[in-house]
Amino acid sequence: MSEKILLEMNHIRKEFPGVLALKDVSLQVQAGEVHALLGENGAGKSTLIKILGGIYSSDAGEIVIDGSVVTINSVQDAQKFGISVIHQELVLVPHMTVAENIYLGREPLKAGRFVDFKKMNDDAKHLLDSFELDIRPNEEISELTIAQQQMVEIIKALSFHAKILVMDEPTSSLSEKDVDFLFENIRKLKKAQVGIIYISHRMSELKQIADKITVIRDGEYIGTRQTHATTNDELITMMVGRQLTNYYTRTFGNPTTKVLEVKHLNAGKLLKDISFHLFSGEILGFAGLVGAGRSEVMKCIFGIDAFESGEILINGEPVVVKNPDDAMKRGIALVPESRKREALFMDQSVTYNITIKALGEFIHGIHVDNARETEITKEYVDMMEIKTPTYKQVVGNLSGGNQQKVVIGRWLATKPKILILDEPTRGVDVGAKAEIYSIMNELVKNGVAIIMISSELPEVINMSDRVVVMSNGKITGCLSREGLTQEKIMHHATQFVTT
Amino acid sequence: MKKLQAKNNPLYNFGRENFGILIGLLLLCVILTIFSPVFLSKNNILNVLRQVATNLYIACAMTMVIILGGIDLSVGSTIALSGVVTGGMIAFDGHSLVVAVIAGLLVGVAVGAFNGFLISKTTIPPFIVTLSTMNIARGASYVYTGGQPIRVMSDSFNFIGSGYVGEIPMPIIYLVIIVIISVLIMSKSRLGRHIYAVGGNPTAARFSGINNSRVLFFAYLFSGLMAAIAGVVLASRMFSGQPTAGQGAEMDAIAAVVLGGTSMSGGVGKIGGTVIGALIIGVLSNGLNLLGINSFWQYIVKGVVILIAVYVDFLKKGKKSN
Repeated sequence: MSEKILLEMNHIRKEFPGVLALKDVSLQVQAGEVHALLGENGAGKSTLIKILGGIYSSDAGEIVIDGSVVTINSVQDAQKFGISVIHQELVLVPHMTVAENIYLGREPLKAGRFVDFKKMNDDAKHLLDSFELDIRPNEEISELTIAQQQMVEIIKALSFHAKILVMDEPTSSLSEKDVDFLFENIRKLKKAQVGIIYISHRMSELKQIADKITVIRDGEYIGTRQTHATTNDELITMMVGRQLTNYYTRTFGNPTTKVLEVKHLNAGKLLKDISFHLFSGEILGFAGLVGAGRSEVMKCIFGIDAFESGEILINGEPVVVKNPDDAMKRGIALVPESRKREALFMDQSVTYNITIKALGEFIHGIHVDNARETEITKEYVDMMEIKTPTYKQVVGNLSGGNQQKVVIGRWLATKPKILILDEPTRGVDVGAKAEIYSIMNELVKNGVAIIMISSELPEVINMSDRVVVMSNGKITGCLSREGLTQEKIMHHATQFVTT
Repeated sequence: MKKLQAKNNPLYNFGRENFGILIGLLLLCVILTIFSPVFLSKNNILNVLRQVATNLYIACAMTMVIILGGIDLSVGSTIALSGVVTGGMIAFDGHSLVVAVIAGLLVGVAVGAFNGFLISKTTIPPFIVTLSTMNIARGASYVYTGGQPIRVMSDSFNFIGSGYVGEIPMPIIYLVIIVIISVLIMSKSRLGRHIYAVGGNPTAARFSGINNSRVLFFAYLFSGLMAAIAGVVLASRMFSGQPTAGQGAEMDAIAAVVLGGTSMSGGVGKIGGTVIGALIIGVLSNGLNLLGINSFWQYIVKGVVILIAVYVDFLKKGKKSN
């Protein structure tokens, strides 16, 4: 790693009407280093990145690139100074080719008028080859995996001669294998002396990829650590400003009453002979790689997807769950994987989102019992410790952690006996995570049975009574809590994975 | 965390949500009062309301359809079809008034059900489905009438659209009922909440156990029925079922909905906004008539006003999200 400082952001301050988003934040990035930016949701990470990327301008402070002070007023300015931001949601055109996407808006021309497709494809191929990527320039973006699409974005950024690359939660929708692929390529970028600002909530990842970690909290700079010289506990303490003594809260009981049993479930190529059972008062972890079929099993149980053969028993009785409404009546609740896509009504209020499944309790015909509606909202806002200025607040304006709590609250309002949580803490900051764990613990103590799908192994290991591992549509292991390790789970999770 | 209870007064909320267009409407009225002495007269006001009425029947339903992320282009043609069927039942077949009107309304319900069925059960986009039924219904009106208006000389038929209760014209009475029903559906019923849910995020709605198909079906059915009511009222006022009736009515309804702040991408919108939107359009054309401005120019003015209103709304929302 060279000692050359590529970028300095000094004493950045940014105020929005009524909110001081950044009080005083500084960040130094060297060439060829991966510098992680860590902080809870709402700490000011994205504001800082938007200032760097030219979307916002700062109220005070300076940005120094290669030793000279610069002013960044637009995205174009940022590009000119070699800054590129890879957003969490990819911004590629799905039905255009890789090369067309890379050169979008600056296509090479021939005869001054027509797009020179040959040159465009050749140039793109050259770039792709330099990363030894198995992607053809004339492939359509929609045919690529998410990880490959991400690489196209990165290459597009580099084709602007980016020296500073910002990656906002690049692994949030990647499988383990794809994460390895990404990290491999990030290491190549480091060799090419690119400075990388890396935002992620996943601590384990930072250990693997980051050289330094800067923590911000409530718009203030807290400190910078060398990754090898710090611990998770120290980082968490820096982030939340207090010691989280019990990050994972679990009191284990001795559950014996079967509430759910799935027998020989088959659904096309996705699910093969799935059998497992669930006791009341336990958390059953579901581990596996992305695409192993975990969410699909739950969608069958919840009546969203159909299956070909197999049986589902609730409290020993065989049942046919026709649709989610039916599932709910049988005491099942599902908090889906993607809160944005599958759960939330972003333009609607906290109240609306929490009570949408409990309307029967306060709407009778055209009579709305407003007091009861507020009461229900209050109950779950308090229980979930949702931080919102008012109940009328539009959910889209809440932080990710609070949004997730709204979704969980909605389903708790249906008083489920069986609660299925699909990636309950994805994109949620540590403080909120700890709170969600403690709520899960309360629920199982009261006899609720929880199925928790999770790709975060430490979470699976620390929270589950038992762990079902899936791979390629099959159950490859049902492991008990004793002697559970990440290696053991991964061994089962990769059993049927070819390539 | 302290003021957890927002103001729950519906009138206050109505005023706050529609502040921009309310000011616009008020300004328009003030200007017209200054330039035209007749504008504020009771007769003129009732006249405006009567003209606005039929547009608002369909605009109320259109609000629901657009909140659902859809569109209903077939309402204009449905106006014609239900009008000519009602007229035909009386003039050709000699049926009683009641039977004829019910038949006319059922025609609208049928068109709506057809739209609703295709949109909720297939993946054909609402624009295409209703573009097709728009043409089918218009064509059917021509075929049924042979292209000629069907004259109905009946005082009782004429009463439906031209009669009065006290001093209030019948169409305004229907209007009040329809607006009240629509507002109750949207703000007080479970169905209303489900409409916002399906329009805002259909996947999330499905995951929440909402029957998306049923909600969609209802909205298009309601839209067909509202168009039929408008069709019967218009036929009654013109003493005839006319195959050319309601041409462009879908666009006026959409304009009212959009002026009222409903998002074309679905999930957001209010009946109250649509009412003001329709009033702006109605007052505007009335005012231009009173000022003696050529009707050709009125189209241009209407287009410009819609553009400005939506742009102002866009600016306001853009500011909020930053």
